[in-house]
Amino acid sequence: MRVLMFGWEFPPHISGGLGSACEGIVRALTARGTEVLFVLPKLSSDKGQTTQGLTMCSASGTPIPYAHKDFQHIYRETNTYWKENLRMEVVDSMLSAYATPEYYEKAYAEYVRQQSVREHARTETVHEETSVQLHGGYGKDLMSEVYKYSLAAQSIAARNSFDVIHAHDWMAYPAGILAKKISGKPLVCHVHATEADRSGTNMNSSVAHIEWEGMHAADKVVAVSHFTKNLIMRVYNVPESKIEVVHNAVSRKDARHIYHTANPKGEKQVLFMGRVTFQKGPDYFVEAARLVLQTMPNVRFVMAGAGDMLLSMVSRVAKYRIGRRFTFTGFLKGDEVERMYAASDLYVMPSVSEPFGIAPLEAMVYDVPVLMSKQSGVSEVVTNALKVDFWDVRKMADRICAVLAYPALGQFMVKNCQEELKSIRWDNAAIKLNRIYADLARGN
Amino acid sequence: MPSVCFYFQVHQPYRLRHYSFFDIGHNHMYEDDEANKSIMLKVADKCYLPMNSLLLKLINQYKGNFRVSFSLSGVFIEQMVQYAPEVLKSFQELVDTGCVEILAETYAHSVSFLFSPKEWMEQIALHDELVKTHFHVRPTAFRNTELIYNNDIAQMAEQMGYQAILTEGADQVINWRSPNFVYQPGNCRRIRLLLKNYRLSDDIAFRFSNQAWEEYPLTAEKYVSWLHSLNGQGETINLFMDYETFGEHQWASTGIFEFMEALPGLVLANPDFSFATPSQVAANCSPMARLDIPHFISWADAERDLSAWRGNDLQDDALGAVAALEADVKKTEDPDLLRTWRRFTTSDHFYYMCTKFFSDGDVHKYFSPYETPYDAYIFYMNALADLELSVRHKLEEKKKVRRPKAKKSDAERAAAAFSPEMTTPHYEGAATPIRGN
Repeated sequence: MRVLMFGWEFPPHISGGLGSACEGIVRALTARGTEVLFVLPKLSSDKGQTTQGLTMCSASGTPIPYAHKDFQHIYRETNTYWKENLRMEVVDSMLSAYATPEYYEKAYAEYVRQQSVREHARTETVHEETSVQLHGGYGKDLMSEVYKYSLAAQSIAARNSFDVIHAHDWMAYPAGILAKKISGKPLVCHVHATEADRSGTNMNSSVAHIEWEGMHAADKVVAVSHFTKNLIMRVYNVPESKIEVVHNAVSRKDARHIYHTANPKGEKQVLFMGRVTFQKGPDYFVEAARLVLQTMPNVRFVMAGAGDMLLSMVSRVAKYRIGRRFTFTGFLKGDEVERMYAASDLYVMPSVSEPFGIAPLEAMVYDVPVLMSKQSGVSEVVTNALKVDFWDVRKMADRICAVLAYPALGQFMVKNCQEELKSIRWDNAAIKLNRIYADLARGN
Repeated sequence: MPSVCFYFQVHQPYRLRHYSFFDIGHNHMYEDDEANKSIMLKVADKCYLPMNSLLLKLINQYKGNFRVSFSLSGVFIEQMVQYAPEVLKSFQELVDTGCVEILAETYAHSVSFLFSPKEWMEQIALHDELVKTHFHVRPTAFRNTELIYNNDIAQMAEQMGYQAILTEGADQVINWRSPNFVYQPGNCRRIRLLLKNYRLSDDIAFRFSNQAWEEYPLTAEKYVSWLHSLNGQGETINLFMDYETFGEHQWASTGIFEFMEALPGLVLANPDFSFATPSQVAANCSPMARLDIPHFISWADAERDLSAWRGNDLQDDALGAVAALEADVKKTEDPDLLRTWRRFTTSDHFYYMCTKFFSDGDVHKYFSPYETPYDAYIFYMNALADLELSVRHKLEEKKKVRRPKAKKSDAERAAAAFSPEMTTPHYEGAATPIRGN
């Protein structure tokens, strides 16, 4: 089985959970003998390497013979598809994957000044240009990158042989759809997150539309949880029969035990780690902290991460006069993350809508007990964690107090989690995906 | 001349409500009155009332030849008085026939033996009192909570003057021996040990309505033929089960009531067979052998050991916490606090914290009023923390009466009870200290 896989992130080209999920899936697939050709927007070294059945391939630098007859056909097809199905004249836009309407307003003003439409027109006419250039990541002109990525995807699809196409999240859906068009091979769209999770009802309509197109053009839609499955049935109208649930996991290679450091003054620490955005529910964390501090004053709350809600969180903390019990660390990386886990007595994930949420599993790997919202995919696979509704702030605070007041509770959860993690493996995901591939390749 | 010995366990715990951490120090109502009442009334309707009237009819019909025994936990008796006096009345009518024996047990259906034999004996005495008050009889046979048993329990029961003690005929202790004889426990002389015939008991209690069972449907004729086939191979067939089997675990629609109605006549059709209560069995049969059981056994789960109530860290921590409070509670000499504390020793609380088959959603979950064992632990510990505060207040008050001491505000005492760090004053608006690296 050979799989052509499209994804926007792959370690070390990574910004969030998507990259680690893609890596976990790909490593487990190749370990089971499935060959994967993984197309990233841009690789640091331009040449793709092949290791153990995995070939990395960069969309940036894909030769585009503009003058060639076949290519002109591809080029026309792509433009027609984008125009008619995605209803977008692709231009360099200021789109960002994790931005808010406020951000767009500002960026739009900027965009109008720059008139980058003309820039794009230049690409169209300059025939001597021989390759697509992408930057990767989530820059200002994300949508035009996605467009170029889909263009490159087709020539990559035309040059390689494979049985199934697999696209991760909306940035890769147009590439998947067009690769399916040119090769006639079945398409799997893997939903790690949706615009509905990220933005609630303030959805970015272009992104949502691409997601809708992708899910409907796909032969199979893979959701990372039943929670996400229900959401895409409800919001994107995808028929249930077309969706398979494949849960994420956490790799064991990350699993190493760290020494927990108790605060000398007996102060307990509660941790929120993640983007400080609407989706992650930081405001519920602050509200719960306020309630906890009314009964247990000797607790430190840490909000580690950055995001558009950070300022309003800081001012809310100040308003409640709990600033001396609250720490904002900003974005943490590397061993800072590890040290933060080591100093924490409880990890809280109060997400409003979390398709999966690998972070609690990472906390479990670091032996930190976990409190998570029921509105998350990860709560479907973890039993030994405390679960509350994200809006039930009082219950959240109640459970935080319980973990801090009764040490046996946290210790017992950690002990059971160690056992539980043994069964949450990427290999299970690979087994399910291989079955899906095989079914599709047989034409079911 | 084998006799059939029925013993029915009747128990309902005082379930704790979802007692929040924020209730500690403010709200001293721990029990979920609404759930306790509605469960009592529901089970009374489905099981206690119809089954009691059926048993009464059978006892009258067979003119003293049909006998059964009950063990009513103290907390069950109190809930009957509180919520369902008509159920109490129907049990009293049964006892008044003289064909129904009431067994001794602990007041709170408790696991107190695990941490305090003294408290355990006090609870047995308390239960004896309750039985005497409501049924005007004094129990002569003893069964410990959930048939938890070992040599020491038998010895102490003997010292308390009981003539018989009941336990599970667990495979790991009886091996090749038959449960259908009376045994003599470890180091005891007078007391007799009755072993549950778990195969025949569970045929009724668990398998009766199981359509996948090869013997389904179980008719009274078929079941009695199995009993009769034991003629000559034993002296007593001990059928021990939860009373809620009739009508609650096995619904009326399964035909369980008709089965029981037909049973006595069919058993007595063989003149060699009779019905007896545990004390009668102990008096009539001489022990077959000495049975040494040094380790704890019980009738719970497949393991038949204590792992349903003790063994995981949550259960052990909670048991430790309730045990640690015993001395202080008794020092207060406050009957209300003592009764409340005793209800915290009820085995069910620890059963809800069991994580043995947590992920499978098993029988523990079926009986649990909480979503997860973690919830069970949290509510229990929260409520116990509040009881502890009340106990400390009471003790402080008592101390004050004797010798007045430096005054402390309630808030300070409450704070001190939780964590010593909290007593250090902090000032809102002060500069946040930067934690040292």
